[in-house]
Amino acid sequence: MTSLPEKTERALGLVIDLDTCVGCHACVVACKGWNTEQYGAPLSDMDAYGAAPEGSFLNRIHTFEVTPDAGPVAVVHFPKSCLHCTDAPCVTVCPTGASYKRVEDGIVLVNESDCIGCGLCAWACPYGAREMDAAEGVMKKCTLCVDRIYNDNLPEEDRVPACVRTCPAGARHFGDLADPESAVSQLVAARDGMDLMPEQGTAPVNKYLPPRPKADQAPDGEIDVLAPLLEPVAEPGGFLGWLDRALGRL
Amino acid sequence: MHPAPSIILFTTLSGLGFGLMIWMGLGFPGVTGWTAFAFAALACGLAGGGLVASTFHLRHPERALKAFSQWRSSWLSREGVLSVATLAAFAPYAAELWLYDMRLAGLGWLVAALALATVLATSMIYAQIRAVPRWHHWTTPALFVLHALAGGALLAAQTYVAALLLLALGGVQIYHWRKGDIRFREAGTTAETATGLGRMGRVRLLEPPHTGRNYLLREMVHVVGRRHAERLRLISLAAGCLLPAFLLSALPSGHLAAGIAVLLHLGGVLAGRWLFFAEAEHVVGLYYGRR
Ligand code: SF4
Ligand code: SF4
Repeated sequence: MTSLPEKTERALGLVIDLDTCVGCHACVVACKGWNTEQYGAPLSDMDAYGAAPEGSFLNRIHTFEVTPDAGPVAVVHFPKSCLHCTDAPCVTVCPTGASYKRVEDGIVLVNESDCIGCGLCAWACPYGAREMDAAEGVMKKCTLCVDRIYNDNLPEEDRVPACVRTCPAGARHFGDLADPESAVSQLVAARDGMDLMPEQGTAPVNKYLPPRPKADQAPDGEIDVLAPLLEPVAEPGGFLGWLDRALGRL
Repeated sequence: MHPAPSIILFTTLSGLGFGLMIWMGLGFPGVTGWTAFAFAALACGLAGGGLVASTFHLRHPERALKAFSQWRSSWLSREGVLSVATLAAFAPYAAELWLYDMRLAGLGWLVAALALATVLATSMIYAQIRAVPRWHHWTTPALFVLHALAGGALLAAQTYVAALLLLALGGVQIYHWRKGDIRFREAGTTAETATGLGRMGRVRLLEPPHTGRNYLLREMVHVVGRRHAERLRLISLAAGCLLPAFLLSALPSGHLAAGIAVLLHLGGVLAGRWLFFAEAEHVVGLYYGRR
């Protein structure tokens, strides 16, 4: 049924730390790997070894440059996947009932065998979190690794989404955001976690933690406390110097 | 948004077909026998042809029946249910006109109401999408309904009503364009709100997630051809509304004038529909530094 549930028992989701993400794309690869090999249609690639390769991904990393009114420019790596919105517009537009939000944990899923591939849900999502697979013609989206998090065949520590499990920087956290006592909820409270595009009225479950202010950025333009310790490297003199200059001239 | 030919054809043709059904349901033109058959065949051909064209857009048309199930929540599903209901009511109504020279007024009003509701449901598929601010406005349903009413009146040979409706359509069309040009700003969605980084400063895309293209860019970030928007707007306005209205009111009515007016209108509406999609900007473009 593509009506949204009044209330979900839990609100499972991700908290993504923009302060710690190093933009390594490891979560993109882990996500693509798990979701190609496990539940549902594989995430296909088109022209993978050709001139214009492209493919379906459920998670992508953008990199933004932020220019403040004063001080140095910041570079922020920005992972983006489905935010499992409370008021998910992608669900209510679906004509077939293929898209739905689960009452028990709030995860937004697509039943691929019901999907007619009309693409309307991808239009309705403001975040670009849904992609129609070019080979299968069905809508793909983040499942929050629903086939990992409840999977008794996996060791306890693996029962989290693949992206969270793999992130080498610890920038991704998974948990119940409806429970104010959960670790993720406390993290959001402590770090002033935020919604993306709040004006779109989707009430996303996933939260983003803003980059912390950089303590080492003094207003006088000094950008690193260690900078004064970095003495300029002295030019070698004598034979080595002559060799260096001679080789440089060659 | 990507202007897919199947959707442009579908919305235009089925709008005209259902528009004609509205007028026939109300008893205009008051024809019976084989003339009624010809009008009914035209209406069914346009509406049905449009519906068939729309299934070309589906990647799994073999499951299309499932799309009738979610009418409680989905405008796309409602549109499917309503269009079939309209055709189901129109068939006996038209048969009665054709074979028994009789108009069942009650059934006719039902046909008109269902046909109008179908067009409204089509327009709401677009108007409901908040992520496309240009569409998310009352002018979208107004535009679709006026297209159907004016085009239907044109086909139903209701000369003066058609001329008036065409002028009204032109007015709403201009307002929809003007308003549409500022809707994105009004929606308040920017690269700053999209990333939440506005509190730190101005946000600019430094590196996209990948070097190639993807589904999202193809489907929702259509920038090609917007250059010609102004010219196309003029063409669409002139051919779709002004010229046909002028032909209808200035020339003696006859098949030739009406035929030219219909063709001009169709061309103008197609150009307008193309723009409706091509000019519509989806907020997801902000994540790609484009609109
Ligand atoms: S992020 Fe997009 S796909 Fe995910 S629940 Fe929200 S609207 Fe739907
Ligand atoms: S593409 Fe599939 S999941 Fe999305 S709205 Fe259409 S039928 Fe529903």
